[in-house]
Amino acid sequence: MRDIHTSAIVDAVKKLCMDANLDLEPDMLRAFDRALATERSPAGRQVLQTLKQNAEMARTQRIPYCQDTGFVVCFVELGQDAHVTGGALDAAINEGVRQGYTEGYLRASIVRSPFDRVNTGDNTPAVIHVDVVPGATLKLMLMAKGGGCENRSKYRMLTPAEGTSGVKEWILECVRTAGPDACPPLILGVGVGGTFEKAALLSKKALFRELGSPNPDPVVDALETELLDRANRLGIGPQGYGGDTTAFGIHILTYPCHITSLPVAVTIECHAHRHKEVTL
Amino acid sequence: MSVTTAADGIKEVAPPLSDADVESLKAGDRVRITGVLYTARDAAHGRLLPLIEKGAPLPIDVRGQIIYYTGPSPARPGSIVGSIGPTTASRMDTYVPALLGLGLKGTIGKGYRGQAVKDALRQHKGVYFGAIGGAGAVLSQFVKKLSIVAYEDLGTEAIRRLEVEAFPAIVVNDCHGGDLYQDGMKAYAREDT
Ligand code: SF4
Repeated sequence: MRDIHTSAIVDAVKKLCMDANLDLEPDMLRAFDRALATERSPAGRQVLQTLKQNAEMARTQRIPYCQDTGFVVCFVELGQDAHVTGGALDAAINEGVRQGYTEGYLRASIVRSPFDRVNTGDNTPAVIHVDVVPGATLKLMLMAKGGGCENRSKYRMLTPAEGTSGVKEWILECVRTAGPDACPPLILGVGVGGTFEKAALLSKKALFRELGSPNPDPVVDALETELLDRANRLGIGPQGYGGDTTAFGIHILTYPCHITSLPVAVTIECHAHRHKEVTL
Repeated sequence: MSVTTAADGIKEVAPPLSDADVESLKAGDRVRITGVLYTARDAAHGRLLPLIEKGAPLPIDVRGQIIYYTGPSPARPGSIVGSIGPTTASRMDTYVPALLGLGLKGTIGKGYRGQAVKDALRQHKGVYFGAIGGAGAVLSQFVKKLSIVAYEDLGTEAIRRLEVEAFPAIVVNDCHGGDLYQDGMKAYAREDT
């Protein structure tokens, strides 16, 4: 057993929250450059240039990349030989969020109840998913998830008869309906298979793969490549002003499913793709 | 005239706007806005609506004005505002016809508007501008002054009065039925999708 004190978790989460919102990951910065090399639309190019400048300003002047500093979604991979000491894991994560958002001048965007809608004032709580894995480390994968794009996420239960082509059409339909509402260029996290909730979880987790990296499954990789190409032929473009860059990436995770089912969940993510991870 | 065309082809917009000003703006026009903008989003609109329905006075005089759909992030000490980009406009669609009826001329946001809004833009001479969603850091530099004018308890959702200088935006829906999203998509869509 290896002890991991909650104070280390609080500090790590606090730092991840601030870094995520101020310092876009290099995979995103590379995506802007790749898109600028191919984008034909002048309005689209202008948007991409502005977003690059925005990332630079966020990093150097410590102004959040987007004013919606997101709902913290935290995937935890907890080694089964690690022992969290000093308190509860979820309380530590939420304390990290509280400190990160208040001390980092990040926006409080969470209401305590979907009905009375009173803001909690410190962006807590986070959405936390814990997986127990082999090993003695604790990995925190944190995303500051924007609301505008999340609101365009969708789920559909297809029939096995609809098959791969049905899945493709549904994913492209999600791109069309998200359109300018979700701040394109988009990134799609897609979960195919499992059950209702499993597909949704996979769709979130899929977003953590490095943008531009191949899917380890060659069949799924070919599917991603085809879908990305087709999404970028829709013409929606950066911010929906028309252009060739509607999506930066489509990441798919799959899971076995029941003989009756073909569940597909699509998490829509925007260009403010703020993700960070650390292993304790 | 509160809308003029600068040497670089970009339209300079200075509220308050008249019907004629709004009529001169076409979908796809790039604009720079200088003057006052009011911020309001979901919660503030939720409080304005019952006042409008009762015919009670609003905390801001909307005649000729532009509402910016945004909830800024907190300002660091010594700065005017934090990050301040647009939020999704369609969530405010239900409030638009009534506000345009009171003389509001423009809104700034991102994303599709419903048919009822497009119809109301024609009927009341209004315009919907797009600002770059997610470019909140860049957009913050065009805000020169900020004060809270109503609903301070709503935090980021309070109504703020901004003084902006050369705030960049683009006309998405004009009062003639023009729609940048439709035109842009048509121009760049490629076969067999
Ligand atoms: S969709 Fe993303 S970029 Fe757009 S406002 Fe929301 S968080 Fe920001």
